[in-house]
Amino acid sequence: MFDILIQILDSTVRLSTPLLLACLAGLYSERSGVVDIGLEGKMLGAAFGAGAVGYITGSAWLGLLAGIGVACGLALIHGLASITNRGNQIVSGVAINFLAIGLTGLLGQTWFRQGGRTPALPEGGRFENIDLPFVDALSGVPVLGPIYSELLSGHNILVYVAFAAVPLTWWVLFRTRFGLRLRAVGENPAAVDTAGIGVIWLRYRAVVICGILCGIAGAYLSIAQSSGFIKEMTAGKGFIALAALIFAKWRPGNAMLACLLFGFLDAVAIRLQGQEIPGIGEVPVQFFQALPYILTVILLAGFIGKAIPPKTSGIPYLKERT
Amino acid sequence: MSAGQLPRWVDYGLIPVLNLAAAFLVSGLVVILIGENPIDAVKILLWGSLGYGEGVGFTLFFATNFIFTGLAVAVAFHAGMFNIGGEGQAYLGGLGVAMACLAMDQYVPWWVTLPFAVLGSALMGAAWAFIPAWLQARRGSHVVITTIMFNFIAASLMVYLLNNVLKKAGSMQSETRTFEDGGRLPFLNDIFPGFGFDYAPVNLSLFVALLACVLVWLLIWRTKLGFEIRSFGANPTAAVYAGISPVRTIIVTMLISGGLAGMMAINEIMGSQHRLLIDYVAGYGFVGIAVALMGRSHPVGIVLAAILFGMLYQGGAELSFEMPAITRDMIVVIQGLVILFAGALEYMFRPALIRLFASGTGPSAQAA
Repeated sequence: MFDILIQILDSTVRLSTPLLLACLAGLYSERSGVVDIGLEGKMLGAAFGAGAVGYITGSAWLGLLAGIGVACGLALIHGLASITNRGNQIVSGVAINFLAIGLTGLLGQTWFRQGGRTPALPEGGRFENIDLPFVDALSGVPVLGPIYSELLSGHNILVYVAFAAVPLTWWVLFRTRFGLRLRAVGENPAAVDTAGIGVIWLRYRAVVICGILCGIAGAYLSIAQSSGFIKEMTAGKGFIALAALIFAKWRPGNAMLACLLFGFLDAVAIRLQGQEIPGIGEVPVQFFQALPYILTVILLAGFIGKAIPPKTSGIPYLKERT
Repeated sequence: MSAGQLPRWVDYGLIPVLNLAAAFLVSGLVVILIGENPIDAVKILLWGSLGYGEGVGFTLFFATNFIFTGLAVAVAFHAGMFNIGGEGQAYLGGLGVAMACLAMDQYVPWWVTLPFAVLGSALMGAAWAFIPAWLQARRGSHVVITTIMFNFIAASLMVYLLNNVLKKAGSMQSETRTFEDGGRLPFLNDIFPGFGFDYAPVNLSLFVALLACVLVWLLIWRTKLGFEIRSFGANPTAAVYAGISPVRTIIVTMLISGGLAGMMAINEIMGSQHRLLIDYVAGYGFVGIAVALMGRSHPVGIVLAAILFGMLYQGGAELSFEMPAITRDMIVVIQGLVILFAGALEYMFRPALIRLFASGTGPSAQAA
């Protein structure tokens, strides 16, 4: 029983990682007042970029860089549309999702001719799992041993990056001048402008940070969790991350808990597929798949506390000129 | 950047054309990037979609779907809301059509089933839009987020229903049984053999779609409810002062929007597939966003945009056959670019045009 629990928690960590990275990405963007429903598209684009470059160069790090580059490019399109041109941010996000699905499929087929996949990564093209120190020595210790050697150790570097990004994000947002301004620009951009701080430049920086984190999330999917890009491999993870962001009420610590919860639901669903739960019977796997969305809707309905977004999210800032 | 700085024909004619041209220009660059000739691609696309009867038939078949989903998005736009849940609402609409057809197809002819199928699809689509609408109206939770969530919930629900409840006994496929003649709309090829639509599945729903366009036009521009919807969309605060109930407007608009999205199922399920199957919506709900944006939320514009997207879908299928490098994903790219340029980057060309027109017409325009 304990072994099964450790296994489920272990896969929870693996499944939560891309959600967490994308969720934190959305957090920076939305805290600055730029709504982003294009997380899905940016992750997908990054997964493809990482898979393609990882295959060609055989270097996971170059793959990661490429993924970040693609996601930042898409993020800048979003910025151009929603910050500079003051367009509708939802529409822009929808466009980015379509562009990512279409371009990854099209270019994947043109370059690699495997139905939109990238070929399996060569040696070194993939982020390998890392064993933390003293794993062998401690694995024999009861309870704590398996937790250390199975659950905490043996993940690839991006998993640790994702979880390290949580306190880092908290520190940046709540303990630095940049973070204070970022939060202020999402609540009251006119006040920030009056203080002589550029709203546009600040929001662009938030959007680029969002791109970087989405890039890592996408790279995780294609060159860490699996060995190559598969068509439409994000499969709605960007939207689950968005749901998690709302569930977390736009706070980094909560974001980690929400992503772990949604990852856990996913892990349980995989584990329980076709199995009976004593007393309840077989729970359809679709129920677990829908649960993150259902929980988020219930939260949005205000039945579990209230999710209040940053005040000006979605509203472009227009400096009074005329 | 306010209205009135440019002549009306520039605002409503030139700018949409420029935006669309930019989208197609970038699409052409993508085609060059993958090493094909964009001019040849356009030729194949035009021939494949308009060059022969069956191609036209397929174009109109796809256009029928897009008219429904485009109208759905447009009606919500008029009230200042973004219904991104057309995909899920259409999926549920399929359930409504299938229930009507499965119950009646063995006993009555299609024209008795049709009104029930229309009603079923509209009711199920509207029902799926109701919860997000209610949450927006009463709880202030943003309809964009809730409708996205409802798309995923719909997908899970329908997979469950098709696998566990509706599946034909003893079948491995996750689909219902095939409808008898009483659950099938006549193909236009059988009604008008002269057009040579051949095997194209374009069917009577095309006329249902066009009728829906007329009704939506009447609703939005000729009724009190339509006036309320437009007022609320233009300025919710002013609308409240004018005595328009925001709760009622939001909920009624979303019900109409969801109902229209659901009616897409008449074309796909009763008109073509003749059974309910997994993932039959296949992104048509999302295409509605592009269609509504391109058609400027007006029924006439939506019909034109729907035909254009119908051409892209049908011509694109032909294109992927003739030029294997250009897979069907190219259509998704074009769709994304249209949404980007006609929607999100809507104002990109405006400042330049304002400068152009201001310098051309002298000081009177400068003052504006």
